[in-house]
Amino acid sequence: MNSVVRFVAVALGLLLTLCLTLVIFGLPLGPSLSRIATGAFGSEAGIARSLVRMTPLLLAGLGMVLAWRAGMYNIGGEGQFIVGGLTGATLYKLAPGLPPALLGISILVVSAVGGALYAALAGWLQISRGVQVVISTILLNFIALHLLDYCVNGPLREQAGQNPLTDRLPDLAMLAKFSVRTDLHAGIFLAIITALLVFGFLFFTSPGFKIRLVGENQRAARANGISPERVQILAMALSGALCGLAGGVEYTALAGQLGRSFSENWGFLAIPVALLGGLHPLGLIPSSLYFGALLAGTDYLSRFSVGGKSIIYLIQGAAVLVFMGLQRWFDQKQPVVLDEEART
Amino acid sequence: MIESLISVLLFTTPLAIAAVGETVNQRAGQINIGLEGMMLVAAYVAAIVAIETGSPVLGIGAAIAAMIPLWLIQNFLTIQAGRDQVVVGTALNLCAIGLTSTLYQMRFGQSGQLLSVPQLPRWGGIDGMVLFGLLLVPVLGWWLFRSRWGLVLRAAGEYPDSVRSSGFSVARIRWEAAAVGAVMAALAGAHLSIGVGGTFVQEMTSGRGFVAVALVSFGRWRPAWVLAACLLVGGAEFLKFYYQVRQTALPYQLFLALPYLVALGVLVIVGKNSRAPAALAQPFRSNQ
Repeated sequence: MNSVVRFVAVALGLLLTLCLTLVIFGLPLGPSLSRIATGAFGSEAGIARSLVRMTPLLLAGLGMVLAWRAGMYNIGGEGQFIVGGLTGATLYKLAPGLPPALLGISILVVSAVGGALYAALAGWLQISRGVQVVISTILLNFIALHLLDYCVNGPLREQAGQNPLTDRLPDLAMLAKFSVRTDLHAGIFLAIITALLVFGFLFFTSPGFKIRLVGENQRAARANGISPERVQILAMALSGALCGLAGGVEYTALAGQLGRSFSENWGFLAIPVALLGGLHPLGLIPSSLYFGALLAGTDYLSRFSVGGKSIIYLIQGAAVLVFMGLQRWFDQKQPVVLDEEART
Repeated sequence: MIESLISVLLFTTPLAIAAVGETVNQRAGQINIGLEGMMLVAAYVAAIVAIETGSPVLGIGAAIAAMIPLWLIQNFLTIQAGRDQVVVGTALNLCAIGLTSTLYQMRFGQSGQLLSVPQLPRWGGIDGMVLFGLLLVPVLGWWLFRSRWGLVLRAAGEYPDSVRSSGFSVARIRWEAAAVGAVMAALAGAHLSIGVGGTFVQEMTSGRGFVAVALVSFGRWRPAWVLAACLLVGGAEFLKFYYQVRQTALPYQLFLALPYLVALGVLVIVGKNSRAPAALAQPFRSNQ
């Protein structure tokens, strides 16, 4: 019952935030909302757009859940997403002769590995050198961005043509699409299945339990013979793997080539998706759908009014702030739990 | 040579002012991930007000005023409601990007026309903010380590319980530290648009707020060391403009990434020798 109330409260809070944001910027409320709805759900193309945008948000958001649940503030989804795509493009550059179907799958695998290594680096830096993950991942985001820019202008640049893009993947290596009219691709199933797998992993396996325990109470974990450091590096690697996979899916499903604007802030936008999903793998499905739809809707809205596209950041940020306020309100209704950790 | 040094000082100033403000914040037990967003809002507000009134000084004033709502929202959630500081800061950054980009696009259109913003007057390449930044370091250093207020503030970051049992309010001290941090963020952001750049572009802070947060730990939570760290990164930032003049065989992107690489590199080198305030990023609940 309580979770239903929570869900309704959060949904209403989100709607209110959206309306308030539109009003603050002087956009007509009714027409703007209806344009957002049309862009997101108004047609087959609209629904496809929403689901296509939901896919990277869900995958990278699940990555955030795994890290944050272990107490690692991975802000580096963006960098891991980019490195994932880059690793995939590097594989294609090195082994263009692979059979297309194998190539497609291998790209997804190596992009997950690339993201995992990039995130594990940040985890290792915290454990062994005391560099906070929240800081190192932010710095690594910028480094990945410039690395991408370098690669598409240099070593990975396409052989034909003059554009700063990587070579285009053969069609057969690309993820399957459902219809020629829309971009909707198999990645959405991959993302939803991954959400179920992460749910199972986190709540029904021993490593998943350790991740949650370490995130909630390090001392209890240590007292029970669990090494928090190991668990946290594992959580970071898994987190990066999912963000990298999101990059690989984006690469093999949509353009088939990388440019310097390969990631449209997916790794960054995934953070509020994860937070509003309550850091619960299943909660992320509605939350990523909401933001995917909102992205598709504001995309459409921006054809009619200037500044429609950037509004999404404000809506997301404000939504998280409102959510934090709501959480406080929920907490107050429950008996006060002594937080011994904060006192010692 | 002198000219290069002056340029490095100019690039260092916004970083240093933000980082020294963040030092005060972290000493009181708060990590302000929202620093990036605060600087961005300040840069935008200062630029717009300077354009409208023709006065860069009014722009600075407006940037400080613009911090009030951000300061209230952030610290209501972190101090009063005990919410996670990293989460609140991240959300604040998203809001700042959305707000400034949307307002900018509504005002100037999608096209990237180059804005010209009235700049602070310079003497020999240095403006008032550079001097202020240099002065700020000893002043805040003295304040943190030699004054009663600083002692209580540092205690709030190390062992808040002792602060409370001595009859001080941890919440109040943290609100004050956050106010210092917010004013510094305003000055740093404003200096980016009306001091260093003379323009505003979307997301112009490009991670400087994050780098400032990182440099606080590199500077071991001491203003003078933090300034030294900022000079290092400011120097790295200057190199990319230097590169535009003199071509080298190294890829351009390496120079763009250099400030972040330097920041990360020094953190790795300093490593575990540094010790953060014990209660950093932990909410304090006085109702226990």
